[in-house]
Amino acid sequence: MSPADSSAAPATAPKHAPAHHPDAHPAHEGPLGIAPAGTVHVSHDHHELGFIRKYIFSVDHKVIAIQFMLTGLFFLVLGGLFAMAIRHQVAWPWKPIPGMGLLFPETGGVISPEFYTMLFTMHGTIMIFFVIIPLLTGAFGNFLIPLMVGAPDMAFPKLNMFGYWAMIPAIFFAILGFFVEGGAAAAGWTAYPPLSTILSAAPGSLNGQTCWLMALTWVGVSSMMGAVNYVTTIVKMRAPGLTMMRLPLSIWGLFISALLQLFALPVLTAASILQLLDRTLHTGFFTPSNLLVNSVRPEAFQSAGTAAIDAASGGHPLLWQHLFWFYSHPAVYIMVLPAMGFASDILSVHARKPVFGYKPMVYSICAIAGLGFIVWGHHMFTSGMNPALGMSFMVATIMIALPSAVKVFNWIGTLWGSRIHLTSAMLNALAFVSMFIIGGLSGIWMAATPVDIYIHDTYIVVAHFHYVVFAGSVFAIWAGIYHWFPKMFGRQMNETLGKLHFIGSFVFTNGVFYMMHQLGLAGLMRRTADPYTYTTYAHLQECNELITICAFLLFAWQIFFVINFFHSMFWGKRVGRNPWKANTLEWDAPSPPGHGNFDRELAVYRGPYEFGSPEVAEDYLPQTRKLGDGAGKPAPAHAHH
Amino acid sequence: MSQATLAPHAGAHGHHGHKADAAAYDPAVDAPAEHHPIFDYDSGPPVERGKFAIWLFLATEVMFFTGLIGTYIILRTGSAAWPNPEERLAVDITAFNTFVLIISSWLMVRALQAAQKGDRAGILKWLGATILGGALFVGIQVYEYIELYKHGNWPNVDIFWSTFYAMTGFHGLHVVVGVIWLICAWFGAARGRYTAQNYMGLELAGLYWHFVDLVWVLLFTIVYLF
Amino acid sequence: MSLLNPSNGWWTALAVLVAALLVLVTFVKYTRLWLVLLIGLVPVLGVWTFVKAPEWGLWFPEDVSTHGKGMDQLFYMIMWMVTFTFVLTEVALVWCVFRYHEKVPGKSLFTHGSHKLEMIWTAIPAVALLVIAFAQIGTFKRIKFENHWPTGGPYSAQKPIAHVIAYQFAWLMRYPDENGSFDSVDVVESPFDFVVPVDTDIMFHLKSRDVLHSFFLPNLRLKQDAVPGMTIPMWFKATKVGEYDLICAELCGWGHYKMAGKLIVKSKADYDAWLAQKRAELKSNGKADLSNMEEGQ
Ligand code: HEA
Ligand code: HEA
Ligand code: CUA
Ligand SMILES: [Cu+2]
Repeated sequence: MSPADSSAAPATAPKHAPAHHPDAHPAHEGPLGIAPAGTVHVSHDHHELGFIRKYIFSVDHKVIAIQFMLTGLFFLVLGGLFAMAIRHQVAWPWKPIPGMGLLFPETGGVISPEFYTMLFTMHGTIMIFFVIIPLLTGAFGNFLIPLMVGAPDMAFPKLNMFGYWAMIPAIFFAILGFFVEGGAAAAGWTAYPPLSTILSAAPGSLNGQTCWLMALTWVGVSSMMGAVNYVTTIVKMRAPGLTMMRLPLSIWGLFISALLQLFALPVLTAASILQLLDRTLHTGFFTPSNLLVNSVRPEAFQSAGTAAIDAASGGHPLLWQHLFWFYSHPAVYIMVLPAMGFASDILSVHARKPVFGYKPMVYSICAIAGLGFIVWGHHMFTSGMNPALGMSFMVATIMIALPSAVKVFNWIGTLWGSRIHLTSAMLNALAFVSMFIIGGLSGIWMAATPVDIYIHDTYIVVAHFHYVVFAGSVFAIWAGIYHWFPKMFGRQMNETLGKLHFIGSFVFTNGVFYMMHQLGLAGLMRRTADPYTYTTYAHLQECNELITICAFLLFAWQIFFVINFFHSMFWGKRVGRNPWKANTLEWDAPSPPGHGNFDRELAVYRGPYEFGSPEVAEDYLPQTRKLGDGAGKPAPAHAHH
Repeated sequence: MSQATLAPHAGAHGHHGHKADAAAYDPAVDAPAEHHPIFDYDSGPPVERGKFAIWLFLATEVMFFTGLIGTYIILRTGSAAWPNPEERLAVDITAFNTFVLIISSWLMVRALQAAQKGDRAGILKWLGATILGGALFVGIQVYEYIELYKHGNWPNVDIFWSTFYAMTGFHGLHVVVGVIWLICAWFGAARGRYTAQNYMGLELAGLYWHFVDLVWVLLFTIVYLF
Repeated sequence: MSLLNPSNGWWTALAVLVAALLVLVTFVKYTRLWLVLLIGLVPVLGVWTFVKAPEWGLWFPEDVSTHGKGMDQLFYMIMWMVTFTFVLTEVALVWCVFRYHEKVPGKSLFTHGSHKLEMIWTAIPAVALLVIAFAQIGTFKRIKFENHWPTGGPYSAQKPIAHVIAYQFAWLMRYPDENGSFDSVDVVESPFDFVVPVDTDIMFHLKSRDVLHSFFLPNLRLKQDAVPGMTIPMWFKATKVGEYDLICAELCGWGHYKMAGKLIVKSKADYDAWLAQKRAELKSNGKADLSNMEEGQ
């Protein structure tokens, strides 16, 4: 029998320590100031909070999670609208968008080439920094971590509040970009200099790029505060008996991606500050001297005499690429590890079967994250980087498929011999697995250096990352919303609407992104406002039209989700604590959990996935249920018993 | 809808008194207990949460400076030529400044020792000296910047100055933050916040201060000496 | 290429829509059936589109280079491997959804994993991945590594055929004067058109005057970013006379999409004639236009 299902007593049995406030460490603590392992009680402080304190300046992780979620979903709509404009342009270049004449009277609704660059730059930026990362770590991280480890809140609730509030300046600057002179940032979400650092290089790099950098820095501050909180909470606030190897995989995914943020994000922060200096103080970290842009000398080192330039030549554009990808490659795993965790949990619960190979799953999360730090150069195979360096990045990149393979096979192993309930959450989780495979496998082509020489910056890359971030992470987010909505709002989402939403999304997602592989093979470049000026691309327009139609349908289809989400929030079916009969701790709390989350004392006896255990009659065995000596009687007292 | 009957055997003798149809809302079981204590558990390594978090924070700081120092190393090794720092910078003054910062680290250790003994006057004395050391460091650095500026050496002149100002400037900002933190701790000490049993706040500030000093030793070595 | 024929495009869309609606109205009732079919359709349609794509013109453009062969072969090799993995995993997934539904009596198989299986499905992909990793090294070295650069022929890293200079939003090819010098007023300048002889090892220097650009020849499977401040030597060998698109493949500003050049591959005789004529034109016109500088100097 695996150690996970032993009903042994918790490693640290709850001892009742005298009540005291967690912030004030009493004198009886040891010399290191350690509280003895056990329960810490805080007396009832159920004072009523006003609306502002409760919903705006809240320090409650659940409210902050919902703030992040609504923000993320809002930006998903905005980023989606940008995607629609992109698709319209690629299918029918320079044709006016119906109805857009009102917004852009100068052009009659036609997207200008300058605006097109801003569109995909802000689409990518918003989707990654304002949608996926805030939804996965901000919304789900905040909501799930304390509940799944059995904590009353985050370790530092105030810091948590600041984490959300750091998003406000970020949002402000991201939006402001569109209204400053020159327009929004236009150097791609990767912001490669010198296009991004030379003010005269592109209209959007006049002021928009500065806004972009400010936005990014604030997002970074927000993520950093979150990550410190998440790691501390997971390590230091687990309920008695909840060892690291009994944590749900969602928590493992969130834990490791928080570590990725802690170690990778500061480098991006440093890099964006340096780029900001290049733009404002006209330093030249990323700008070589002696350039001539639009017949104008760039600002960097303008005042210098030639002597100074001889003594120390200018900066280097590739330096930014290294710093940027040092963060942004780990960031793609920040965007998928929590999603993988959600998928594992949801597959297990709705298939009523333990996760296959829990430990290999944990180790592969760690391996993906570890390897993720040494593969950033695979975005730079054609950049002019030393080709020998390229080889080592290639080998590391190929090897990252190995832990991913372990995950995929274990998901299938989880389903094998299970009892699958096709709920909306399950449907989206299954779709995640089926489409993550597609996105992951196309990554192998790109990791192969000679092939990447051809396919780099073509639509096959666009296909790859939309399969992993949209078909992957967004579907996992949807799965997570359907699965944890009852816990968030005490009400269940409508299953009929959920299924309708799923089926259209699944079909049209593949309709949008699958044929992009073939476009990429035909050589179609990304970031082109009008590809058909090249004879090589002239025949690709029909395929693009088809894709665009699917994209419009995909977007329109989300109406089922929007209706379902808001309707269920207020009028959905009321559910109890554990509607899915799941095992993990969050289902022990009321739905929605009140102040302090748990109204019972917790003791954890086993791993999170004991479905179908022969030890009990039911097909599920919660982590907190005590078996054996207690004759099945619940150990903790319940207020109503 | 199917999720209503998820489990094939909906046993009534579930734990926590879960009833047969778990999906339906039953206020008798599902309503939150009205008056309940808040359960807050401790786990993991025997470190205080705040201390644990400050280590995580310092890890991010290490990575931040890794980014800056990495930039410096790459730009310098990638440059055709690099000026001799001794010709451009007043190394002796900065060497003295480095000494000041190292001493202040030692003063901080003394402050913490005083706190461990519960000696409030000692804390105030040693911490005050630490703060003065930090302030002196910032003062000398500002003086250095002013002198450099007077000679027309500004970040936009060449890549040497760009990297010089970026690294020393961000370090300087950290010192300022550290000094402010220490000042807050000093007032805290004056109000008797630290006892022989609980001096966590002072310890955290000290950790940060030592980190800032350590980074400076590194920066001084690579920017001024090599 | 009937499916994507422009006149049929809307019909295809309509057909997709009708099919989708059909699935839709019945999905809520026949969830499992449709899901099995749809997830099953993913590998079927996926493989089918890859089979049909060359027919639709959604495939590699004609390869007219010596680099292309190794690269395409590597692509196909990986394609077979990932197609196998893709079909295998999707079929397993579909099978599970089909077979293991909630109405099957009894509990699920109670297992927490299998050490043996984990070993198997770690080891087999590990071997496959190592094969992929090693299979590509030779091809990449041949294209990129210095010790594979052409020597002995007419063009080498020291004697490039031309300097290719990218700037917003144009290409400028500078051919050396008769003495092989690029610092001369007799340098031949060819805006947008990169003229090279066929069946010859071509070596050129890639530069940028302002921001990043990328030199992309789809028909020669060649792509290299042009980086301001760097001079990057590149080589290729074209095997067929003709005109091919030279595409800027790195975002370089609003005009990125129209930074089109041409690679004109001529027979050796035609190439020599072209160069001679250009040089003669120069002499008759006076001097080269010096306002076009390589870098900003
Ligand atoms: C969630 C996000 C996410 C994830 C998970 C991944 C995962 C991977 N990515 Fe991707 N990637 C992006 C997001 C992501 N990527 C983005 C956003 C970009 C573009 C950025 C830009 O330029 O704008 C990008 C670009 C990108 C490039 C650069 C392409 C280029 O610009 O030329 C490369 C190159 O190597 C790459 C490789 C990989 C690999 C090898 C994986 C692997 O982790 C995948 C591993 C998974 C599998 C392989 C599938 C499962 C395995 C099996 C079923 C069995 C075993 C398989 C075999 C035996 C083959 N990615
Ligand atoms: C997480 C990231 C993410 C997501 C989700 C998407 C989603 C989409 N993306 Fe994009 N994309 C990027 C990240 C993402 N993208 C990045 C990083 C780039 C590169 C940018 C660059 O080059 O710099 C890019 C670039 C990019 C391009 C290439 C542009 C170019 O190079 O010229 C294209 C073209 O087709 C495209 C299309 C789409 C489409 C059709 C969608 C569709 O899937 C979108 C459909 C939208 C929805 C389905 C949202 C609907 C809303 C809801 C579901 C929420 C509603 C709920 C409530 C309010 C309760 N994207
Ligand atoms: Cu030049 Cu894109
Ligand atoms: Cu990557």
